[in-house]
Amino acid sequence: MQEIIQYLFSGITTGAIYAVIAVGLSMLYSSTELINFAHGEFVMVGAMAMVTFWVHLAWPLPLAILAAMALGCTLGLLFERFAIRTAKASNPIVLVIITVGASIFLRGTGMLAWGKDPFSVPSFSSHESIEILGAALLPQSIWIVLGAIGLAGGIHFFLKKTLTGKAMVACAVNQKAAWLSGIPSERMAVLAFAISTGCGAIAGIFIAPITMSSYDMGTILGLKGFCAAMIGGLGSLWGAFAGGILLGVLESLGAGLISSGLKDAIAFILLLLILYIRPGGLFAAKEAKRF
Amino acid sequence: MLRIKNLKCSYGSITAVHGVSLSVKKGELISIIGANGAGKSSLLLAVCGLMKTWSGEISFEDNSLRGMSPPSIVRAGISMVPEGRQIFSPLSVMDNLKMGAYTMYRKRMKAEVEKDFKMVLSMFPILRERADQLAGTLSGGEQQMLAIARALMARPRLLVLDEPSMGLAPKIVDMIFETIETLRNQGVTILLVEQNARAALKIADRGYVLETGKMVLQGSADELLVDDDVKRAYLGQDYGDFYDGRGN
Repeated sequence: MQEIIQYLFSGITTGAIYAVIAVGLSMLYSSTELINFAHGEFVMVGAMAMVTFWVHLAWPLPLAILAAMALGCTLGLLFERFAIRTAKASNPIVLVIITVGASIFLRGTGMLAWGKDPFSVPSFSSHESIEILGAALLPQSIWIVLGAIGLAGGIHFFLKKTLTGKAMVACAVNQKAAWLSGIPSERMAVLAFAISTGCGAIAGIFIAPITMSSYDMGTILGLKGFCAAMIGGLGSLWGAFAGGILLGVLESLGAGLISSGLKDAIAFILLLLILYIRPGGLFAAKEAKRF
Repeated sequence: MLRIKNLKCSYGSITAVHGVSLSVKKGELISIIGANGAGKSSLLLAVCGLMKTWSGEISFEDNSLRGMSPPSIVRAGISMVPEGRQIFSPLSVMDNLKMGAYTMYRKRMKAEVEKDFKMVLSMFPILRERADQLAGTLSGGEQQMLAIARALMARPRLLVLDEPSMGLAPKIVDMIFETIETLRNQGVTILLVEQNARAALKIADRGYVLETGKMVLQGSADELLVDDDVKRAYLGQDYGDFYDGRGN
């Protein structure tokens, strides 16, 4: 019993990180219909930026977090401007391949900037872990889960309640009509990129204290996030969030109860099952619904 | 107000519009009629910036529209009600209207937007009832009203309508045309493109007839309504009626 609760705690923690990655991917997909295979690299950038800003430069934590987020957003902006927009007229598969190229480029740049050695980052706060029913709950887990819920809530608020957010949805739903209503859809695409890669960086900031960070950590995290988004139904915000948590919990239970070698396999087995049984995702409405 | 000179549009090697010229003066309601594929929609796409490559000259209030993006054309004062309504179905009716007012909000004219909400909601009371409903759940006629209301929210000086009667029940079509007439009487300049030639010419000041990308006829709407060629080709009288009618 105690073991299972422990697995649940760690599962929800990693799940929350997958959720943040998935939310970023899914949001970009809904507003630009593009799957960004470089998304995981922005997670790496976020984590490595924490290594530099917080550990090496010893900036205060809030400043380091803000700087890491800003770096993720800025790289996203540059990525959209110089890699995606220049090839805008091309068909989607070309754009997807550009993102694959960008992923290799970012990983290489990361290796040059931070070297090949893994780094560790301390927890955000030095509180003792809390015991619940004999299982230890790390304060970092609470930070992560609260942060993830806050982030998804924030994006939800942005898309549903603000003019810019609604305009972004409008662009995603019907770009031509959005244009004819005077909404500059190119600017919306840039914004979607910045928010999405910012989410990636935030996931990296969260994950840095609970794992070793290195230049090549992004690939597998990006793929896990993609699985989570597919499980939830690509394009749905809360679906992606739930998909992330579900994936984290199943992974943790599978690794703990069956075999730790299964940990990474579970995500992909789940992805194959979902694609086979419910290609629209678990939480997708009958008609493909966005957001 | 709007002046088009020798406009040519082509898709690859296929030319859709061969040198069309027309003008719309302030306060006028102009109808462009023509059959399917006559180049009406291409002409409108060029006016609202959705078609990138055209030659000739399009100017609005003496400024050329060449190279302008659709949003900047909206800011310049031309709003279009696109063919097939193109509302944002997962957004509420109110949010659709807000999207129409996007350029107004960006110009920080919030008070004017509130006034416009009242204006369009009193013009289309059904939209007030449905304000919080998702736009995709509206009937075709209601969606058309929403599309017109959305375009009006940008306070256009020229309103362009592409086939507003398409796919609607005759009763609704009458209502839509009445609305368009009311708008004209309120001083909005309107460019209307329609296949429903009779209804479009009845409310128009002047009309143009497009045929396979060329302007074949133009004149006052009253003249066109009684023109024999127009009658035969667009007003739904078949050759039998037409010749019999002439015999009398």
